[in-house]
Amino acid sequence: MATPDGAPRWDEQLQRRLARGEETALGELYDQLAPMVHGLAGRILADQAAAAQLTREIFAHVWEHPEDFDPAQGSLRSWLGALTHRRAVERLRVRRAAERAPSGGPSSGLGAGLGGGRDGGEGAAEAEIRAVATAARMQYVVDSLPQPLRETIAVTYYDGRTYQETARLLGISEQAAKQRMRLGLELLATELADERARHDERHDDPHGDRHDDPHGNRHDDGDGGT
Amino acid sequence: MSTTEERHDALRSLLGAWALGACPSREAAELERHLRACPECAEEAARLREAAGWLALDEPLDQPGSLRQQVLDWCLARRPAELPVPAWGVPYTAETAKLDALLRDLGPEEWQEVADLPWHGGTGHLRPAEVLCHLAAVDGYLALALGLPDPVPAGPGATPAPAERRVPPQEPAAHPPTPRVPPQGGPYAGITARTARLTADQADLPPQSVRARWRRQTHDLVRSAALAPQGNTPVDYGFAVLPLRDAFVDRAFECYVHGEDVARAVAYPYSPPAPQHLRQMVDLAVRMLPRALAELRAARAAAAPAGAPALPPGAGQGGRRLRLVIDGPASGEWLIPLDGPESGPSGGEPVASMVLDGLELCQLAAAHRDPDRLPVGEHGDRAAIREVLHALPLLSRP
Repeated sequence: MATPDGAPRWDEQLQRRLARGEETALGELYDQLAPMVHGLAGRILADQAAAAQLTREIFAHVWEHPEDFDPAQGSLRSWLGALTHRRAVERLRVRRAAERAPSGGPSSGLGAGLGGGRDGGEGAAEAEIRAVATAARMQYVVDSLPQPLRETIAVTYYDGRTYQETARLLGISEQAAKQRMRLGLELLATELADERARHDERHDDPHGDRHDDPHGNRHDDGDGGT
Repeated sequence: MSTTEERHDALRSLLGAWALGACPSREAAELERHLRACPECAEEAARLREAAGWLALDEPLDQPGSLRQQVLDWCLARRPAELPVPAWGVPYTAETAKLDALLRDLGPEEWQEVADLPWHGGTGHLRPAEVLCHLAAVDGYLALALGLPDPVPAGPGATPAPAERRVPPQEPAAHPPTPRVPPQGGPYAGITARTARLTADQADLPPQSVRARWRRQTHDLVRSAALAPQGNTPVDYGFAVLPLRDAFVDRAFECYVHGEDVARAVAYPYSPPAPQHLRQMVDLAVRMLPRALAELRAARAAAAPAGAPALPPGAGQGGRRLRLVIDGPASGEWLIPLDGPESGPSGGEPVASMVLDGLELCQLAAAHRDPDRLPVGEHGDRAAIREVLHALPLLSRP
């Protein structure tokens, strides 16, 4: 309707404009995707300053390296969503590791905290990370549904309409409205299953996808030394 | 095909709507009976309902309004823009982004709230989507000047509004210019008519679609402006012609004022323009003041009884000036010619000085303040100061 499905063209045009150094392209990129980037960062990190910091870094990365985006592999939105998600979860892990380390004993370094068993605090913290990450991921998936599906679901679900009302409102047939709802939810369900499979893989491999970050360590030493 | 199978398919197509809670109760009840008997549908129903459960999520952190500028500054410090936004376009990018962020968070009931839009001739009462149509309709003057499509559909053929005249951009317009007709219903008839036409045109759209269209246009305008960084292109408002660089500040100002009108209606906080942007707005208001002063005097002369002096005491001597001192974050100093820009040599000391907060001056220029109740530091000719304070709201428009 308002925006016919020109998503890929928007992505590639924007990428070219970013490469040319058009400040307006940076502004449009921010206006389009900052709610997603900042929202995702905020949901995962639950910290205003950390979310703002990550948002700055993500946009600076695109502005400095627009060529890193490969339109063949998906939309700009999904690329930026994946990048934000990955970096935010990395930070969350570092922060959690830093929080856990002092209780592991006075000399326990970061490595000990991370390598510890999956019982007790470690398991609960990992489960919490997983829940937060899944919620954020799903919100992002909702945001990146194709426009007609997203619009149909949003108009129906967030505004509490029946599918007949939605069909009238959007000027589509009731059949089309029902199809869009079913298809949109199917995509979400598939994504949800994938997300869980990914977490299960990680859970089986406690050293996979983990990062040692000297920052967390430094903070712990500072706290422990007093 | 048996009727049972047809029924199965029909009910199955309902599963998405059912998972979203969007089936009328009779259909939902029938489907739920079916689910007890049909494992295939029941399995899909469970999956879809679970997926729908992820739609209801806590709100993310509020995005602080200042974040946009922080992020852009951070980026531009790392890699300077090769095609920057002209300084006169920046307030518009900031104010449109701020309004857009407010609208992003509006719920369905809030889109139905009615905002009060006061100006010196009355008060408009518009819903947020109608405010956007108003903003987009007036922004359309800039679009026309830049050779972009006009968002406003053509008016009834016989009486095109004066606003329909096209200011030729770099290349000749596609349509021959409509002949100039005297404005009907006052100087702002063009604005009112365009707003009404665009509002009627978009009345059936969901508010978020109205928002998307308005937003697209604001982005297109800034992008075109960046290609004309001198900002000399004339923009014809029907009642006045402004160079593009002033028109963009004017539009930023109106976007801020109406954004705040909407925020008030939905009881959301709304932050004032950044100091450097406020300063640009004050500067524009000051430069427009001589026109407003002339308007004020003309109105007073018309209202005065026959034989009474048409001019206030002291007026007509030519070349009088008033010193305006703005304090607060947008601080600065301006000399305002009181007797028109071409009223003889402007020598000597200003006849008066006034000190005012920049945001308050803008609010007054938007007719959102009472000129007799504004905290003003005064020195010198009090009548001249009163006159300026009463002229400022005349800069406001419907």
